[in-house]
Amino acid sequence: MNIRQIELEVMRYDPEKDEAPWFQQYSVPCQEDWAILDALNYVKDELDTTLAYRWSCHMMVCGSCGMMINGEPSLTCKTFVRDLPDKVRVEPLENFPIERDLVVVLDDVMQKLHQVQPYIVRKDAPPQEDKEFTQSRGALMKFKQLTMCINCMCCYAACPQYGLDKNFIGPAALALAHRYNLDSRDQGKSDRLDILADHDGVWECSFVGACSEVCPKHVDPAAAIQQMKIDGAMEFWKQKLGMPGDKS
Amino acid sequence: MSRRPYIRPMSQTTWYMRNGRYKVYMLREMTSFLVGFYTFLTIYALATLASNSPQVWNSFLSSQQSTGMIALHGFALLYFLFYQTFPWFKLAPKAMPVQVGEKTLPGIYIVIGHYIVWAVLSAFIFWLAGVI
Amino acid sequence: MAIAKKAIVWGLFAAGGTLTAFVFPALIALFLLIATGNVPEGMQFEQIHVFVTSWLGKVCLFIVLFLSLWHAAHRLRVVAHDFGIRKDTLVASTVYTLAAIGTVLSAYYLWMIKA
Repeated sequence: MNIRQIELEVMRYDPEKDEAPWFQQYSVPCQEDWAILDALNYVKDELDTTLAYRWSCHMMVCGSCGMMINGEPSLTCKTFVRDLPDKVRVEPLENFPIERDLVVVLDDVMQKLHQVQPYIVRKDAPPQEDKEFTQSRGALMKFKQLTMCINCMCCYAACPQYGLDKNFIGPAALALAHRYNLDSRDQGKSDRLDILADHDGVWECSFVGACSEVCPKHVDPAAAIQQMKIDGAMEFWKQKLGMPGDKS
Repeated sequence: MSRRPYIRPMSQTTWYMRNGRYKVYMLREMTSFLVGFYTFLTIYALATLASNSPQVWNSFLSSQQSTGMIALHGFALLYFLFYQTFPWFKLAPKAMPVQVGEKTLPGIYIVIGHYIVWAVLSAFIFWLAGVI
Repeated sequence: MAIAKKAIVWGLFAAGGTLTAFVFPALIALFLLIATGNVPEGMQFEQIHVFVTSWLGKVCLFIVLFLSLWHAAHRLRVVAHDFGIRKDTLVASTVYTLAAIGTVLSAYYLWMIKA
């Protein structure tokens, strides 16, 4: 196999020693089929054991290795050395506080994911005791793509509105909420809209669309948010005019 | 071990210079100035029409004739097409997906539909105005 | 919590955005034709006056102007925010007041156009 020498420029930050982050250079002999994650693992194993970063599955499933690669939020396991120039800059995900080196603090988005009630809400009892809720394939297809989210949070790193205003609920949490709004078994849509269509919800989005462009799983949060804005605008008038709400 | 998370600063005024995607977005948002300008220009035209006098209307028409106005309208037309009309049509299927049976209708059909409606509507406006 | 009033202006923004995307290229092209001195027949006083005197003409023009005004106003509010202007209440009241003035002026002038 061919070996290609890559100059890896990695952001370092040690909360006990550093006032601010700085860049460290590593020269990494990469095999031609390597992803950036392999290069980081090489650094950790062979060059510098102090480097901190998150990863687990190496196959685009766990969502823990999201980082900025040459300024673009990406999964390091999905971004290949062969597609990159000889100099590669790796930084922790934008818009998040840095815990250490390439590890970011995710507390804020974890709380936001919880806030949007990402589970099936039922107002009445299941059809029959001990029976499952059935769902047609067509009804599943309405939201299936939205279930692909792996919470890598690349979308939050791409979203300037989240960067400018941390109160904004943000792409992944809103897309997840929409996934349940569209689920034929769910009855929580109007409850959820009260949170989603409040000040820090969908209206903070200005449809930059960057979240969808960087999403490694093609979830398209931007589309979900625009659909929720339409829902929110319709529901607003329904509530004002005293009409029955959506799947109350 | 103590936690001391570092928050990277983000410019509130020049953040969009960070990448091309943000710059295109800002150019798109700037079409609002054009919409505002042409709406008030049309209201001004209506104000001259409201005099119900051909002389006032004709002097409005001649006041609009200059090389500067040709350049402005030419630029505005191109800018508006590339940063409002085309992007709006492109993004339409995201906001309003159509499901046919089990599958979502490919967005391209919705986009093509928009272009057809646009062509018909523009032709109608030009026909009304006596251009065609 | 409840659905924020932004739902109203967003609805107008979206409707106006769709309308301007369809209609404004033709509108700007007409102004361009006028600027070049080739005033189309339909823009001569006799014809345009007849069109704007009709109720259909008045209603169509009002809808276009009304939605365009509120579309522009709401987007300008977002533009101000994106340029780092954080006085949102001041910005919002300014742009929406302008849109309201434009709406009233449109209605007034359309009303005043008589045969």
